[in-house]
Amino acid sequence: MKIVVLVKQVPDTYGERTLDPATGWIDRAGSDAVIDEIDERALEVALSYKDSHKGTEVVVLSMGSKAVTVGLRKGLAMGADSAVHVLDAALEGADVGWTAAAIAAALTSTGFDLVIAGNESTDGGGGVVPAMVAERLGLAHMTFLESVDISADQVAGERTTGQGTLRVHASLPAVISITENLPEARFPNFRGIMSAKKKPFRVASLGDLGIDPAVAFAGVGRSVVLQATKRPARTAGTKIVDEGNAGVKLADFLVAGHLI
Amino acid sequence: MSNILALIEVSSNGDLRDSTSSLLAAAARIGSPVAVVVTRPGAGSALVERLGNLGAAQVVLAESDQAGTLLVTPQVDALAAAVSTLAPGAILTVNSVEGRDVAARLGVRIGAGLVIDAVNLRSEGLTIVATHSVFGGAYTVESTVQGRPLIVTVREGAIEGPADAAVPVVTTVSLTSDARNSAVIDEVIDLVVTSTRPGLRGATRVVSGGRGLGSPEKFALVDQLADALGAAVGASRAAVDAGFVGQTCQVGQTGVTVSPQLYVALGISGAIQHRAGMQTAKTIVAINKDADAPIFDIADFGIVGDVFTVVPQLIAAIESRGKK
Ligand SMILES: Cc1cc2nc3c(=O)[nH]c(=O)nc-3n(C[C@H](O)[C@H](O)[C@H](O)COP(=O)(O)OP(=O)(O)OC[C@H]3O[C@@H](n4cnc5c(N)ncnc54)[C@H](O)[C@@H]3O)c2cc1C
Repeated sequence: MKIVVLVKQVPDTYGERTLDPATGWIDRAGSDAVIDEIDERALEVALSYKDSHKGTEVVVLSMGSKAVTVGLRKGLAMGADSAVHVLDAALEGADVGWTAAAIAAALTSTGFDLVIAGNESTDGGGGVVPAMVAERLGLAHMTFLESVDISADQVAGERTTGQGTLRVHASLPAVISITENLPEARFPNFRGIMSAKKKPFRVASLGDLGIDPAVAFAGVGRSVVLQATKRPARTAGTKIVDEGNAGVKLADFLVAGHLI
Repeated sequence: MSNILALIEVSSNGDLRDSTSSLLAAAARIGSPVAVVVTRPGAGSALVERLGNLGAAQVVLAESDQAGTLLVTPQVDALAAAVSTLAPGAILTVNSVEGRDVAARLGVRIGAGLVIDAVNLRSEGLTIVATHSVFGGAYTVESTVQGRPLIVTVREGAIEGPADAAVPVVTTVSLTSDARNSAVIDEVIDLVVTSTRPGLRGATRVVSGGRGLGSPEKFALVDQLADALGAAVGASRAAVDAGFVGQTCQVGQTGVTVSPQLYVALGISGAIQHRAGMQTAKTIVAINKDADAPIFDIADFGIVGDVFTVVPQLIAAIESRGKK
């Protein structure tokens, strides 16, 4: 079984995240970059399958800037067998459509039985790339899975929508995405970090993947940001220390504000 | 006015989902709303009158034996077919799990650009402009897509409905999807609705509890205050991870984003990822033992104190006022 895990580099959610007012793009230089936590959980799904199924091959794949190298190395240190980095200046500012096209081409070149992604990134938060990739590849997708059960020829799981939970399955090859309901990822250990240095690490340009941006992205409606405005920061209001009557004081505050 | 397709979500018992009113209102802002509904044969006609009341000028009933058994494929096929017959200016779906899946596949299939999680829509000449609230409301961003049509997923409940009622023109089409490239729905395990409380999304008041509540039993204090205020119940990720409450209650970066009139945070430190889901609330109240908790930086009314003494007193005060 060959499992490819899609990972994305995002600004650390613990820091302040900013947008470039001119382009509306995320200011990636302005904050620390990390692998999105949800993608580490996706990798954990693959690695735990590998733990119990010898002969499983796990590939981490990312499209992004030079900085992605660090994240992919971490994936290798955690236990992935190889890494693929789609890196091309033409992809700067790529929207979801371009991203999906590039990832689909990269997946075609790596080959796979199962693709696992995080359900939505903490920066874009679109949650659409996995299904777009599946459509490009003509495969079934199951997104937002809260449990995953991989077997030799199919993948099954449950997903919760706003109104209920569905039990679903798809034949392999397929594309899935997972939610935070799945376990946190393991930490890389020393042996993993050392062996990561020797693992295959492929950097592929669009040309290497057989994509001519002028052709492949022609006619793909592209989203553009017109304007980005920062909301004024919230400020602290009244703060009191409870001296035995804070509950009553809070009730007074709510009444005064017509909140009760 | 150009046709605007709106994919209507139907629950497993065949009812229109709550998102319908808001989605048709969004469509009405930029054109003539066409409701596209996928149901099993015969099940759609019962929905037509209500769709009209909610603003649909046209209704396309796509009937498929595979509705409810193939995961989103019938919906994608129904919209793709409606795009070719109705030449819409835009296609709207709810920014739900299904809505995003459909938008994603349709976008690739018809080569249309995607605008995700719009909180408002307007037309400027031939351009459709979407507004987004980014990084938990820290930024407001306006975007559009080059080329037509565009596909927009609209945040649940962000645009208030209903639009003006209409008597819709109805078209019925029958649909068979290629099952080979689709996931299969084996079973629908519906959420057991045990509460009469308002839902979190779109609630005007929210009371959330964090790790500070200590245990699932003690989390009942959050429920009690929520009921006294007529509020929805929310939680921090730490409270969800600790099993105090289900994941659907999580507020924040990777949970639900709420924007209520009143948000009460109990025993929540106010981590940046939690604030990302609630900082646009009109009024924020926080109760926390730790005077330095970051939640106080954004609270309109903060109490440094123990939730287990302050909250019961607050509930008693609310209840005694109610009796007056
Ligand atoms: C990628 C990512 C995504 C995340 N997404 C989310 C998200 O969507 N939502 C979210 O909430 N978090 C999210 N987090 C987690 C976040 O970083 C925090 O860990 C979490 O919000 C902490 O929850 P908490 O405030 O309940 O717990 P803590 O930080 O442990 O705070 C508990 C608070 O309770 C107070 N307390 C204890 N006892 C009492 C008492 N008796 N009375 C009054 N106060 C008391 C303490 O003083 C403390 O401030 C995310 C993290 C990451 C990395």
